[in-house]
Amino acid sequence: MGAKSLLLHSIRIAQKDLTELFRNRLGLVLLVLMPIFMMAMVGFIYPSNGSTVSNLPVALVNEDVGYHNSTIASQTFTIVLKQINKKTGMMVLSNASNVGDIKNMIQRGDIEGGIVIPSNFSASILTGQQGTLIIVTDQSNPQISATIQEVLTAVFNQMGTMLAQQNVQLLNPAVNANNSLAIVKPYNVQTEGVVPGTSSYFNFIAPGIMAMTVMMSVMTGLPVAISQEREIGTMDGMMVSPINRLSIILGKTLGQTARGLLQGVIILALSIGLFGVIIQGSILLVFGLLLLGVFSFVGLGIVITSFAKDQGTAQMLMMTLMFPMMFLSGVFFPIQQMPWYMQDISKVLPLTYASQALRKVMVLGAGIPAISNELIILIVFGAVMIAIAVPVFRRMMTT
Amino acid sequence: METESIIEVKNLTKTFNDFAAVDDISFDVKKGEIFGLLGPNGAGKSTTLRVLSTLARPSKGTATIGGYDIVKNDTDVRKLIGIVSEKMIMYNRLTATENLRFFGNLFDIPKDLLTKRIDELLELVQLTKWKNAQVGTFSTGMRQRINVIRALLNMPQVLFLDEPTLGLDPQSSVEIKEFIKKINRENKTSIIITTHMMVDADLLCDRIGIMDHGKIVALDTSTNLKKLISGADTTIMELEIGNLSADIIEGIRSCGCVDAVSQENSMHLRVIVHGDEAFDSVIDTVRAKNGKINSIENLQPTLEDVFLHLTGHQVRDSADQKIPIAAGHRHSGEPQRRIR
Repeated sequence: MGAKSLLLHSIRIAQKDLTELFRNRLGLVLLVLMPIFMMAMVGFIYPSNGSTVSNLPVALVNEDVGYHNSTIASQTFTIVLKQINKKTGMMVLSNASNVGDIKNMIQRGDIEGGIVIPSNFSASILTGQQGTLIIVTDQSNPQISATIQEVLTAVFNQMGTMLAQQNVQLLNPAVNANNSLAIVKPYNVQTEGVVPGTSSYFNFIAPGIMAMTVMMSVMTGLPVAISQEREIGTMDGMMVSPINRLSIILGKTLGQTARGLLQGVIILALSIGLFGVIIQGSILLVFGLLLLGVFSFVGLGIVITSFAKDQGTAQMLMMTLMFPMMFLSGVFFPIQQMPWYMQDISKVLPLTYASQALRKVMVLGAGIPAISNELIILIVFGAVMIAIAVPVFRRMMTT
Repeated sequence: METESIIEVKNLTKTFNDFAAVDDISFDVKKGEIFGLLGPNGAGKSTTLRVLSTLARPSKGTATIGGYDIVKNDTDVRKLIGIVSEKMIMYNRLTATENLRFFGNLFDIPKDLLTKRIDELLELVQLTKWKNAQVGTFSTGMRQRINVIRALLNMPQVLFLDEPTLGLDPQSSVEIKEFIKKINRENKTSIIITTHMMVDADLLCDRIGIMDHGKIVALDTSTNLKKLISGADTTIMELEIGNLSADIIEGIRSCGCVDAVSQENSMHLRVIVHGDEAFDSVIDTVRAKNGKINSIENLQPTLEDVFLHLTGHQVRDSADQKIPIAAGHRHSGEPQRRIR
């Protein structure tokens, strides 16, 4: 008796739940499809950091009237721009006659943005002043306009640097190409990650989705599984047997954990096989973290179970809790992007720490010392929730 | 029958908020007895069963099963009992054997013994052929049979049956009743059964407790309960009135000698009366209302009459409720009888 029989009964209940799960063909298919959909949707919709934009339709207007009949500055600019674009394939350049034309084209949706070379361009450059360039953006699409602005600014800066280098060399032929670059741009910026290779949005999202799926399966699966058994009446069959009440909840938790881990494995396999995610850290640590995440959510799941008397309520309650948690825990969007009050909320959600720790391990190859804060928070949260949940559950079971 | 009690209930009360579903009831169940709790829906029978089977806690009062307190020694109680509730306790996606094995394991029955017992029980209810079929594919009758044997896995001393024939076709219903009797006879299992079917109670039970509004209003053998009516100067008469109307029923009910009136169908009335002049008085009343009496019959009392006699008359009048009391001799298709 005692702990051994508690565990034995729990395992039998979990086994029973899993047998039911595997007999439910449609449910099983959905279990596999759900993470595939989620990964595919989120992964493909959001642009990866590593990939560059290409083939953006952009129109070019040259309104330069020249300086002493020479439009050499704008001509050079156009030629160099086209050369750079040919190499990178960022834009599909077309010509427009004036600024109004560009605005019309943007309104019609023919182009995403425009470049205007103003009438005094050559005059300014040839008289030793800065030449101004105007970028016209599509305000209805802030993300694309930001991208175009970013891309064009980078191109123009690069062109400006080249021009400056030439000017320096003209002024002092003794300066060689390298030195001229150092004079024009004294600082050279390089980016280096913690681990080799570039990062993709999948790398960011995969750990979060894994953490979320596994924990949600406990937080939501537990109340649904228990209220379902209560509704169909089978719960009575367990309740009239002389087993410890705790083995019912423990068995259900084990069953749901196994289901969640199965989904976690599916997501992991998909991430690696289909979406090119590379696991830098230890796989064992990944699973350890998922289990710890489950532990931190069990108490919450039990409390919800105690409050939701029927399946409908359980579903509603879980939806209400799940949505804020999904978006506030930094699974889809970095927490740092949120306003401070939202960040404060996300700091009390265990999912935040679980996905953060998982991300560190999977993407950055971190070990246990690097994630000790997250581990402590998850353990404490889980322990506190269970301490609250057990008396609540006992009360519920004895009405 | 032994006289030793296996269940002792003392002042048991179960309240939900302010509503007393079970209101201060006390009774004993003897070893090897089939004990019936009879009453309409909502009388508190199922709640009583849930409390006794440790599925719900009593609000007040105590009960013991086999000497164990249902609250303090609930685990010991659970080892002694089996329950068949109104809802099926079976997992549809598991096979018959898997279901029985799962529930048997909860009682820590050794593996070999459990296998043997499952085979025997399946054989007993002729389900051996379907032992490896998923329960979801079973017919209602088959489901109820396996549901009953599930409760027998731990060889309980006390078996609780909550409306075991509800929703069954007549044949399955008879089979289950036969089976219940057989278990009682062969295993000496004490059985508590709740039902709103008067005839089932009459056929099955050694003693019957009539429940209404959370209270046990009478408790005795079926024969003795009926004596409550026929033993005194109470008689049951059935009237066939060609032009039966509400006015006539109202008239009969207002007679001093009439205890209860129930309408069986468009022409038949069942009237419980007392006193020597009761027949004359009723006939006079009907005539005064220009009623045409086709026939009068003096009937043997049924449990339903007892129930009517004990509860129907006053209680239902004030509540003005339609209480469907299914009577055994009523054929399906007849209009719903109402107690007035």
